[in-house]
Amino acid sequence: MEIVHVYMKLRGEFGRQCLLSDRPVELLVDFPPNPSLGLQFIQKTPRDQAVQACTDTSEHQVNTERFESDSCGINHVEGGWPKDVDPGEMEQTIRFRKKVEKDEGYMNTLLQLGSVMEHCIRQNNSVDIYQLYFEDEVDVEESQDPPSAKTINVFRDPNGVKRTITGLSWHPDGGRKMAAAYSCLEFQKASRDMSLDSYIWDVEYPKRPEMTLKPISSLVCLDYNPKDPHTLVGGSYSGQIAYWDTRRGSHPVELSSVEQSHRDPVYKIIWLQSKTGTDAFSASTDGQVLWWDVRKLSEPTERLVLDPGREGNLDRALGAISLEFEATMPTKFMVGTEQGLIVSCNRKAKTPSEKIVCTYDGHHGPVYALQRNPFFPKNFLTVGDWTARIWSEDIKDSSIMWTKYQMSYLMDACWSPVRPAVFFTVKTDGVLDVWDILFKQNDPVLSFKVSDKALYSLRVQDNGRLVACGSEQGEATLLEICSGLSTLQKNEKSLLAAMLERETKREKILEARQREIRLKERSRSEQSREDEISRDEGQESPEQLMGRAEKDFYSMVETEQRRRREREDETQREKDVCEEKHVKEETETH
Amino acid sequence: MAEVEETLKRIQTQKGVQGIIIVNSEGIPIKTTLDNSSTVQYAGLIHQLVMKARSTVRDIDPQNDLTFLRVRSKKNEIMIAPDKDYFLIVIQNPSD
Repeated sequence: MEIVHVYMKLRGEFGRQCLLSDRPVELLVDFPPNPSLGLQFIQKTPRDQAVQACTDTSEHQVNTERFESDSCGINHVEGGWPKDVDPGEMEQTIRFRKKVEKDEGYMNTLLQLGSVMEHCIRQNNSVDIYQLYFEDEVDVEESQDPPSAKTINVFRDPNGVKRTITGLSWHPDGGRKMAAAYSCLEFQKASRDMSLDSYIWDVEYPKRPEMTLKPISSLVCLDYNPKDPHTLVGGSYSGQIAYWDTRRGSHPVELSSVEQSHRDPVYKIIWLQSKTGTDAFSASTDGQVLWWDVRKLSEPTERLVLDPGREGNLDRALGAISLEFEATMPTKFMVGTEQGLIVSCNRKAKTPSEKIVCTYDGHHGPVYALQRNPFFPKNFLTVGDWTARIWSEDIKDSSIMWTKYQMSYLMDACWSPVRPAVFFTVKTDGVLDVWDILFKQNDPVLSFKVSDKALYSLRVQDNGRLVACGSEQGEATLLEICSGLSTLQKNEKSLLAAMLERETKREKILEARQREIRLKERSRSEQSREDEISRDEGQESPEQLMGRAEKDFYSMVETEQRRRREREDETQREKDVCEEKHVKEETETH
Repeated sequence: MAEVEETLKRIQTQKGVQGIIIVNSEGIPIKTTLDNSSTVQYAGLIHQLVMKARSTVRDIDPQNDLTFLRVRSKKNEIMIAPDKDYFLIVIQNPSD
């Protein structure tokens, strides 16, 4: 049954029906734009607004750490023997071989290969296909390449605190190894955790030093023994000398005693030529040159004090900074000093005072390097202050040739062992200069910027092509010089000999002239003095001299005063005369 | 068997021949006239060289193949005749 709700309403109670009609458009509200409001805003046209929803990213460059690679080879000694054959067992290998030989494939192959091979062998025997024609004309005029140098390797100090490379020495046999001495020469700059080690590097392997040398105090210089390439001698910062044998490890085999050694860092140590091959000598700024026998380093065999007064007085001694020794002249040697003097000495002199033969007054500052020309031993090269100078042994007053003053201090130099006219210098601005005095004397032939740090040491290898320089931050750079600078040019020796002779003669003439002038002056002053002496009867004591000086002075003052008085009187008299004349005139006119 | 011996002897008696080595494809020296250490060294090194040379020739032209390899050095000449399974290596010091 449906539930229905009935709702009833009379029609008359609904009300009137709505009647809709059209009406015209009627503006109700109008808001005009208000330009004054626009002045509150800044016009910005055009405007770019990028809208993007993404994460912010940035670009970054990262360099991975230099990884150390080690190349080593594995030599497979035995070939790939099959599993059942044991290569150690002779029987099994022989059996295997015999089996192979019986194989038919083997025989056929071999016959075929044999015939091919025979053909080639016979070919080789009949005609030499690699014969060199025109062999004599191989040395054609070398192309005039501009001189160049190329960095081959850089050996960095593996320690955290970098030290200066103060000494370098090449291995005597072929120069595959190089020993470098590391130390910090700045006074009291050496921190406590600075490593004392020095290293021997293999030229081909710059990642890791081949051997470490562990001295008691850091090494300032070292030298390989030219006779025995396993032994080295080094001079240290404490003044002691240490002797190493590379076969026996990193610690020095012998060390000199502290009391008998130098009192200042040993700046240079060189092996000597001797029958036993165990002699070396060292120099230091305490003014001594000591000779040692490395078998007994407890005390030096000989001692020389570099006193220019030749009295062996240690207080007045000159500090030595470089040494020079040439194997062809074993009795003579030269020392470069801190004061700029170069002292030439004779080892075989009878008395200590005669040991010092002569001195050359060279530089304004310490003579950092000193080396004789390997082809012309009478001439030597020195470097100090801002110049490099070439000297001749005979001329003591000045060098025969010198470079102009450079922009930065020169720290080390050496001659090229193959070309007599070429030498290398390094400077504190990190530049290696190669000078060829036959080609150009004003400027170096090649200036090569090795590094940004100062270069402290330099060594040329015996073949003349490889040059090692050591910098302040412990980097040793190995450079190869172009062949033009490392091969002997024709006539070079004779040309250089002529040049050196010419310069020597020039200096000699200048020296002779100086001497003449001096003699003349001296004779003139002697003459005048003789006259005075004849007046004053004999030598005068200082008081008499002073008395005479006073007398002269007072007499001069008196004469001057008198003269002035006279002048005044004259002018006064003139004035009086004028006045009188005036008065006279006046009275006359009256 | 005898022919092989004869061939080898003929090669051996040629002027300037210093040594002969026969190596199989795995690098095992089968027959040699040199001492053991040199043989082993030659076998190992030359095997690699021949593989490299062969692959080079074939990479350039796949239809081509290596027939002979000569390595001339300052002191002597090494001649290698390769095959699928064996190599014949002869070291000769040519006459000059």
